[in-house]
Order: sequence, then structure tokens, then C-alpha cells
Amino acid sequence: MCTTCGCGHGETKIEGHAHDHEHHHHAGHHHPHEHGHGVLAAHASDQGKSRILRIEQDILSKNNEYAVANRRWFASHGTLTLNLVSSPGSGKTTLLTRTLSHLKDELPMAVIEGDQQTLLDAERIRATGTKAIQVNTGKGCHLDAHMVGHAMESLQPEEQSVLFIENVGNLVCPAAFDLGEAHKVVILSVTEGEDKPLKYPDMFHAADLMLLNKTDLLPHLQFDVEQCIEYARRVNPGIKVLQVSATTGDGMEQWYQWLRATREVALIGNPEAAVAG
Amino acid sequence: MIISRLLLMPGMLMHEVSLCEDVIRLIEDQAQTQQFTRVTAVWLEIGALAGVETEAMRFSFDAVAKDSVADGATLNIIDIPAQARCPVCDKAVQVSARFDACPDCGHYPLEIIAGEEMRIKELEVQ
Repeated sequence: MCTTCGCGHGETKIEGHAHDHEHHHHAGHHHPHEHGHGVLAAHASDQGKSRILRIEQDILSKNNEYAVANRRWFASHGTLTLNLVSSPGSGKTTLLTRTLSHLKDELPMAVIEGDQQTLLDAERIRATGTKAIQVNTGKGCHLDAHMVGHAMESLQPEEQSVLFIENVGNLVCPAAFDLGEAHKVVILSVTEGEDKPLKYPDMFHAADLMLLNKTDLLPHLQFDVEQCIEYARRVNPGIKVLQVSATTGDGMEQWYQWLRATREVALIGNPEAAVAG
Repeated sequence: MIISRLLLMPGMLMHEVSLCEDVIRLIEDQAQTQQFTRVTAVWLEIGALAGVETEAMRFSFDAVAKDSVADGATLNIIDIPAQARCPVCDKAVQVSARFDACPDCGHYPLEIIAGEEMRIKELEVQ
């Protein structure tokens, strides 16, 4: 077991990543005890036996250190990383496969697929000709930055790629776990009810873009689009909202535009970008 | 496996299990640097907007702590109420949700100033 990063805890499996070897940790996967947290507090009780340690450490601090390392890696390779989050069944994978098929001759892209079980989604992605790696979280409800760091070692996307991380379908936990991404993109389908942004405010607060998917079904539903967008803006006034149908392709051009523009902005000032022209 | 046992419990939330695992990892690191072999009590600060079910946290903690330095430790959770500042009246107000409006002027959104904490505050160690 890897004692530095705690691999071997839980049931995470990364395609092609064996757990019986010494891990090569990329920069930043360092020991947190170099940071000198934990100052001995004065009020020690029961002298010599019990003592109180003041820790004041964020529970997610380990994840956040890995996220910082990932973000540094992405920046140095000109990678635009997007963390796609939604409930199960929102049409994330369909949206992604359509996007990959549409943009594959235009942009270098790669995918990290997070699911509790099965390699099915990574296979769907690879069928589009895009590099993909599956991470199975076992019973885990979200991807964390450490899993993403290991997945990157195997995935090795091209320079200046757009990297999509399809998180485990869950509107709660992935909101708290920074993976090192540039943006969280939340996908909400119109079959789910317009009050989702208020019921799961943390996720809509954490996202920069909301894709309202399956709009082709609107004639059959009582879904109030305006109300839904108003709710999303109530928890996050800055959120951008695009209405799309990944099945019919309606509205998808705006999403592609957003991807192109966001990638260009990410590459401005990046030394790699100048080389590629 | 600890996790499998917990999943048999109806209503068990995986999120809290994984947070407890993070807590135990941080404590194990502390045990090495601060030279202790046993933790008898843990104090966590959890904000009202942190998205953590404190009951699920208490429930998961004992199982996750088993066979670690914190095996048998008492878990104390300090609830941090959510506070926000209204950008219009510049007043700090207590809120219960991210999207609450200012009780005085009705403006939203408010700027959250407390309640998002998830912190290990103190440990009692031997």
C-alpha cells in the first residue's frame, strides 16, 4: 500500500493502474506533515498522560493539496479541465459523446470517466475516437483530486487539450471536492424538476456554467425554464445558462462556442500557446 | 470492509463516510508528527452550510476509526451557524440556507461569511 497518499483505502480502481507497485507521485503529492500543523495547546489536562492538541486543519486539506498539484500540471500543459457534474441520468455521457464527435477534428480532447462501477462509459467515449480512462470509485460518491492525479499518469492527454472529467452522478458530494479543474459545469435535465438549484444549492453555487439539457422534451413536461434559471441565479448570480438538447443537437452550438472561447482564454499568456501559434 | 458494513445501514450517507476517512488520515499524520499513539477525543467544527449530516458523521466515525489511532475516540461536533452579510444594508445576519434573503431589506444573494467550515479543531491524545 502507498503510505504517502493513502492508496489502498476504499475500493477505487483506475483502469490500467495497478496498486501493487511504488507509486510515482507527481509534484505536490507530498507529505502533509511538512506543513507543521498542530501547535501544542497550553491547556493540557492530566499531566503526562492526556494532552490537547489544537489542529485547526480543514478536513479537505489533503484533497486540496492534490487539487493544487493537478491545477499546476494542467496549467503547464495548457489543459483546460472541466468538471462535469449532475445527477444520474441527466444525459451527461450523451452530451459528452456528441461534443467529442462534433469537435474531434478541431480540438484535442480527453476524458476521465467517474462511475461507481463498470467500464461502460469509458467505452462509449472511446468509440468516438477520444482518449478516455475510467475511474471506478467503488462505493465512493465522488471523484477526488488524488484519483484524478493518478488517472492523469495513465491518460497522458495531448498538450493544450480540453480535459472533461465526468464526475459520479451525484448533486451533493462532488460540489465539495476540488479536482483542480478550471470550471465546474453542472448539467440539469428538464425531466428533473426546476427546483433542483434550490434543493442542491452547493452544486449550483460551485458551477460556472449550467447546461439545461433535454429541452426537446419540454413540450411533454410542466417544467418552468424561467423559474429554474431564476432559482439557479438566486444561489449563484454569475452562473451562465445554456439550453441544449444533446439528442437533437439544439443549442449545442452555443456550448461549443463556450468551449472554444474558454480554451482560448485559458491559453492566453500560456507559453505553450505561443509555440503552437 | 468497513464501508460495505455501513452501506447495509438504511439511509447511510457515503459522503460522511468519506469525510470521516479524510479525518482519520489527517489524524494518523498528526500521530506521527506529534508523537501520540492514541486519540481519546476529537473536536470537529462543521458549518451549517457545509452539506454535512452531523448525525451520519457521528454514525460513520466509530466504524471508520476502528483499528486506527482514534479507535474508540469520542467525537464532538461543534455546529457553526451560518452567517451572511447583506451587500445592501451591510449587516451581518443569521441565515439557514445559501439563498436566504436579507431579513431587513429582502435583498439576495447575501455574501456568506460563516457556516462553510469543515475543520478538525482539537484532539485529546495520549
